[in-house]
Amino acid sequence: MTTAAARGLSAVRTVLDGGTVVIAQETSLTPAVTINATAMAGGAYEPATLPGLGFLTGRVLDRGTRQRAAETIAEELDDRGVALRVATARHTMSVTCTCLAEDFRDVLDIVLDIVRYPVFPEVEVAKRRAESLNALRQDHDNPAVRAVETVFELLYGTSHPYGRRAKGTESSVERMTRDDLLGYHAARVRPTLLTLVVVGDVPASSAADQAAVVLEGWKSAPVSDEPVPPPAPAHRQERTLTIPGKSQADIAYGFTTIRRLDPRYYAYFVLNNILGQFGLGGRLAENIRERQGMAYYAYSAIDPSVGEGPLLIRAGVDPDNVQRALAAIDQEVSALGSAGPTPEEVSQSKEYLIGSIPRMLETNDGIASFLQTVEQFGLGLDYDRRLPGHLEAVTLDEVRAAAAELLRPDRAAVAIAGP
Amino acid sequence: MRSVQAAAALSTRFTTLQNGLKVLIQEVHTAPLVSVWCWYRVGSRDEAPGRTGASHWVEHMNFKGTRNIPRDQMKGLVERYGGMWNGYTWIDETTYLETAGRNALDQLLFLEAERMANGLYEPEDCESERTVIISELQGSENDPDQLLDQEVTATAFRAHPYRHPTIGWLPDLRSMTRDDLYDHYRRYYIPNNATLVIAGDVEGDDVLRRVERTLGSIPAGTVPARTLIVEPPQLGERRVVVERPGTTSYLKMAWHAPAATDREFFPMLVLDAILTGAKGVNLWTSFRGAPPQRKSRLYTTLVERSLASSVAGALVPTAEPFLYTVSMTAMQGIELPVLEAAALEQIEKVREQGVSGEETARAVRQLRARFVFENDSVTNIAHQLGYFETVTGPGFFPDLQSQVTRVTADQVSEVARRRLASTARTVGWFKPRSDGA
Repeated sequence: MTTAAARGLSAVRTVLDGGTVVIAQETSLTPAVTINATAMAGGAYEPATLPGLGFLTGRVLDRGTRQRAAETIAEELDDRGVALRVATARHTMSVTCTCLAEDFRDVLDIVLDIVRYPVFPEVEVAKRRAESLNALRQDHDNPAVRAVETVFELLYGTSHPYGRRAKGTESSVERMTRDDLLGYHAARVRPTLLTLVVVGDVPASSAADQAAVVLEGWKSAPVSDEPVPPPAPAHRQERTLTIPGKSQADIAYGFTTIRRLDPRYYAYFVLNNILGQFGLGGRLAENIRERQGMAYYAYSAIDPSVGEGPLLIRAGVDPDNVQRALAAIDQEVSALGSAGPTPEEVSQSKEYLIGSIPRMLETNDGIASFLQTVEQFGLGLDYDRRLPGHLEAVTLDEVRAAAAELLRPDRAAVAIAGP
Repeated sequence: MRSVQAAAALSTRFTTLQNGLKVLIQEVHTAPLVSVWCWYRVGSRDEAPGRTGASHWVEHMNFKGTRNIPRDQMKGLVERYGGMWNGYTWIDETTYLETAGRNALDQLLFLEAERMANGLYEPEDCESERTVIISELQGSENDPDQLLDQEVTATAFRAHPYRHPTIGWLPDLRSMTRDDLYDHYRRYYIPNNATLVIAGDVEGDDVLRRVERTLGSIPAGTVPARTLIVEPPQLGERRVVVERPGTTSYLKMAWHAPAATDREFFPMLVLDAILTGAKGVNLWTSFRGAPPQRKSRLYTTLVERSLASSVAGALVPTAEPFLYTVSMTAMQGIELPVLEAAALEQIEKVREQGVSGEETARAVRQLRARFVFENDSVTNIAHQLGYFETVTGPGFFPDLQSQVTRVTADQVSEVARRRLASTARTVGWFKPRSDGA
């Protein structure tokens, strides 16, 4: 095992013999520790014929291991006040929890046991499958979920890994077997695809030492993934979904953007802040909420990822105001795209984003998420120190260029779900 | 590694200015941040019929500009320091917060001083915010569980103003005027009805000087007397059925809960942990995400037996007796009477047979851990200090750990027997109609 100390946050990165990366950061505000074990096992890697396999694998992952029955895991975690979460995103599957520092060794053992040795008992697969189906039915009645899912479909198409529904479809979930889950785990949750981050009131060395013992002998060959395909050329698409009985309509309006490691990333990040984040929700909220009083929320979010992730604009409005709100979004997108931001907007947003870094890195949970992103994209352990420089270096021309490339209403995908 | 007890022992500085403003300062030097929360002792319980939602609407208006901060400059004041800001209103309280770099402290105090004394309430801003709030209400109505919660709460209370939703009833939101809002603002936004909390990488004496300079000259007013309304005892089960288009059935049960300062509050908190898993007591952060609950009684009875896909309990510390609520999402094909019968069977079992020492000890351990987790930032620490000062008064927050540790299985059994009686419960059903999507 090799170890290197960082100059930034003071995190320590260790690569275990099997290839698992362990990053530990000691903090002292509370006598607690956050454990975040993340594998590159998100929905993007599931077979196109079984959408939702990553999601269901995550739902059953912590329901029994070779050494621990589901009930034993439940008892050991409940006894310590620990709520374990398994979250499956596009590229990652994360097992996270927070425990008291005094329980750290026991809880880390349980987390690593869950990650390495899940057995996916048939009875648990059946129960969690039924719960997933229930969640799909709930989503079907949720205008916000329907609008966002539809805009992803329009942007990427259902055959693209970003265009599929994360939870899958009723038909795919019904078809999944225990063997599918075992196979998916074996293929994607392996030492060379796993990063363990530990942040909290324990010595940094103890995480790597303990992980080395629990994960000893776990080896796997490196995995070479197909690149995420580029999205199809964009053109204006609109789809309206009727969901009876609802009081409000949800609008999702999106574009595909760039990859996380694209040199334009920081300019896009600043642009998104100006469009739909700064203050109540940037230019969008200023128009739709503040000037027109049409919506409680109007904002944008950007997610450059391994592939060309989306920029998504969201607003919830009275059904009678949908066209007015859509016109306001088109207007703001078009204005920012064609004229670009003002110098003041760029400098304000940069100041805000740089100033918000200490807040992002205040809690154990926040630091753990940050360090996982750093590892996933190879940003370097001193990234927290370099990030202000990256943001500071963004120029007005770069943000204008990003706006001109991205913000074209004639390329937007639009979904409206409501009564 | 520090002990849980040592970490819980905060050394908060408490001062009351001459104008009556209470000031709580907590030095925390782990990050270069400061969190400022300004709390007002006004919530939806203080609203008269016809004026429901006034407190929440006033909260919205206090982001709209003041005599010395034009509306378009409110934005950017906190962001310049990398800060976040927000506010919320609930039944007992209204609060505003900013967390930013520590060098923002003067700006944050100035903002709170302006908010307390110099709100503009321009008529056009009131009108524009009316529709924003109606949109907020409509958004929450899109969620069947929230809609049911509103109906159950309104059914469980006959007399107490806790019965109406914090956001207000729609007809009141349509009819209230700018002057109604401004009157409400002027009545309650006075220093001697407020508590200011500052937590972060600051020095106590210096903070106090800055607070004196910025907020010390705001004149005191007459603190409005709170109307004391005692909810009469409930004499029998109440039921409400909401039928709407939808795909999923929801079940909610509510019982009258003890106020935070009632001696039964902590046994009830342990009872909730036994039934549905411990959440903690931080309204700002602890009710997001699932609690540790897989060994809890209702999870094992309902979710593990595939009758429900989720179960959640809610007991929040309040100034007067509010509700203990258990919410369930039915699995497809499970009729509401079946789910209700299974939930009530477990509730009756707890009432008749009591709880064990082992499960009480587990619940106490859970709560002890949750009290640590919910104080993991200057924002959360400041929230907890201000919340309990406003809702329960001094002395309650520092004593949380020891209070919960002293709870016995007998106390929990007794509180279950008395509080969860069938005659004192309200049951709500959300029945999806088949014309749903």
